[in-house]
Amino acid sequence: MTQNLEKLPKGSFERITVSAEQAERISKPSVSFWQDAWYRLRKNKGALVSLVLFALIVIMSFLGPVISPYEPNAQTITHANLPPKIPVIENLGIFDGVGTLGGKEVDLYELKKVEVNYWFGTDGLGRDMFSRVWKGTQVSLFIAFVAAAIDMIIGVIYGGISGYFGGRVDDIMQRIVEILTGIPNLVVVILFILIMDPGILAIIIALTITGWTGMSRVVRGQVLKYKSQEFVLASRTLGASDSRIIWKHLMPNVLGIIIINTMFTIPSAIFFEAFLSFIGLGLQAPDASLGTLINDGYKLIQYQPHILAIPAVVLSLIMIAFNLIGDGLRDALDPKMKD
Amino acid sequence: MARYIGKRLIYMFITLALIATFTFFLMKILPGSPVASADKLSPEQRAVVEARYGLDKPLPVQYFDYMFGLAQGDLGISINQFKGANVTDVIQSRMGPSAQIGFQGMLLGTFLGVLLGMIAALRQNTWVDYSSTLVAIVGISIPSFVFASMLQYFFALKLEWFPVALWKDGFMSSVLPSIALAMFPLATAARFIRTEMIEVLGSDYITLARAKGASGSEIAFKHAFRNALIPLITVLGPMAVGILTGSLVVEQIFAIPGIGEQFVKSIMVNDFSIIMGTTIFFSVFLIVVILIVDILYGIIDPRIRLSGGKS
Repeated sequence: MTQNLEKLPKGSFERITVSAEQAERISKPSVSFWQDAWYRLRKNKGALVSLVLFALIVIMSFLGPVISPYEPNAQTITHANLPPKIPVIENLGIFDGVGTLGGKEVDLYELKKVEVNYWFGTDGLGRDMFSRVWKGTQVSLFIAFVAAAIDMIIGVIYGGISGYFGGRVDDIMQRIVEILTGIPNLVVVILFILIMDPGILAIIIALTITGWTGMSRVVRGQVLKYKSQEFVLASRTLGASDSRIIWKHLMPNVLGIIIINTMFTIPSAIFFEAFLSFIGLGLQAPDASLGTLINDGYKLIQYQPHILAIPAVVLSLIMIAFNLIGDGLRDALDPKMKD
Repeated sequence: MARYIGKRLIYMFITLALIATFTFFLMKILPGSPVASADKLSPEQRAVVEARYGLDKPLPVQYFDYMFGLAQGDLGISINQFKGANVTDVIQSRMGPSAQIGFQGMLLGTFLGVLLGMIAALRQNTWVDYSSTLVAIVGISIPSFVFASMLQYFFALKLEWFPVALWKDGFMSSVLPSIALAMFPLATAARFIRTEMIEVLGSDYITLARAKGASGSEIAFKHAFRNALIPLITVLGPMAVGILTGSLVVEQIFAIPGIGEQFVKSIMVNDFSIIMGTTIFFSVFLIVVILIVDILYGIIDPRIRLSGGKS
């Protein structure tokens, strides 16, 4: 090695001089917190696929009832209990309108002389499952998003005040939270559903009545951590007002964890809505959510499994997608939590 | 420690009193009282019925009667589902099946979850790890009633390996419901143990053990696993909540004569005293479980004591 090096002509090497100002130059463009988070999230394949999947489901939940030629609640008794049939895919042997009747596999569309196609089949009252499933998805997502948003707003304000002002205010507010969190979520939700008229509003109120406590604890913890740090002290010394400190200095730091928390509230709200509907405390007919559709389908599981399967698959996909997006966001927004 | 337990006990009683008060006034607001069809009764009959349920006394007296009854474990009398039966007796008679599938599900789920999480941590970033993470995500995401109906459809209706429903074949009847309930603890334990194990495996004393020449399996079981297992106690509370929530629907699906099934039925027929009684029973159960878990954890891990419980 040394010999080889000595044989090399000296002229091929040139000394690079680095000037003092060049050494300090930042060679890569500076990345903001959100750009960095997006970069991390993009590398997480599971989260990215989930994001696309979730976007598709949201689009379908709005588009589905529109593109389907049937109304979600319109009943056509002669078309009851039809299995799914989709024009091109039927040639593959799935979604071909074949169902069991009296233990035999027959094309029910031919048997009942149905000329049209029902992509997801029909239910016991001859209602189109395609438009019902997407309409139900819309309702489930609406409930979950509104509930999560309310949880977030109350939780952030409550936790923020409690953490920022501290002292006796914090003491009293935390005692209240401690008692509220002691009441099991399930119990609160069921009791509130019982006193209110069943419906979307009742479910949202029941889900949010104590749901915000989790968020308020997280926000309080974060605010407590940041408010005693030097940059807040510096800002205060320079004469910044409380609202400026909260919005300019604390909020950006806490925002990440608020988003992560909300991302985990949404699937739990979707689950609770479906759960309540399944035990008969949810929406009332003819309104449908994914939970009521699963409940309806369950009653026909033995003969018409598609009525259960389709909303169950959509619900499960939403839940999986949300958990994966939540995990991805947690890793992306808060790299410290990963290791 | 004693102070911490005392504080927790006080909170527990405040919480329970709140729930009980709330349920009492709820019962007053809600329709479906024992004298609902009062028009058909003569004043004398009505007085007899009201006296039987203690409705002739002023409201504050009724409230204190109710609270004293609760303190002695008296949850009131069923209105229409089990005509006149004592709610406490109804719950007691239905505890067996619920407890059995609950315990079996918890044991099975925790055991498999710990195993899965451990393997994932030891083979971090391999296909083993990815597939176990996938199982955990799916287990947390798929609602128990979807999973239970899938099990019922494939293993009972199609393959006919297990009874479809009811509680008639002893252990065989409990297999599918237990598996359905096991999914949540399985997924929770797997995720938790994986994170804990990876953290423990990166700590100094593992490096030391390795430097001393301890074998891989010795490190995994003797050093890492034991320390990763302790914090698992903290998720026992959420797991119990999950099992209980799941039991409402799983018992319903498999028609198991347990508390959950009866609870859902009482909702359908509007038997409020059963609903309230069961709600209070659930509250007591969950609050006590969470209290025990917190105290246990404080005893096992002395670091917790300093901060006075997990925040």
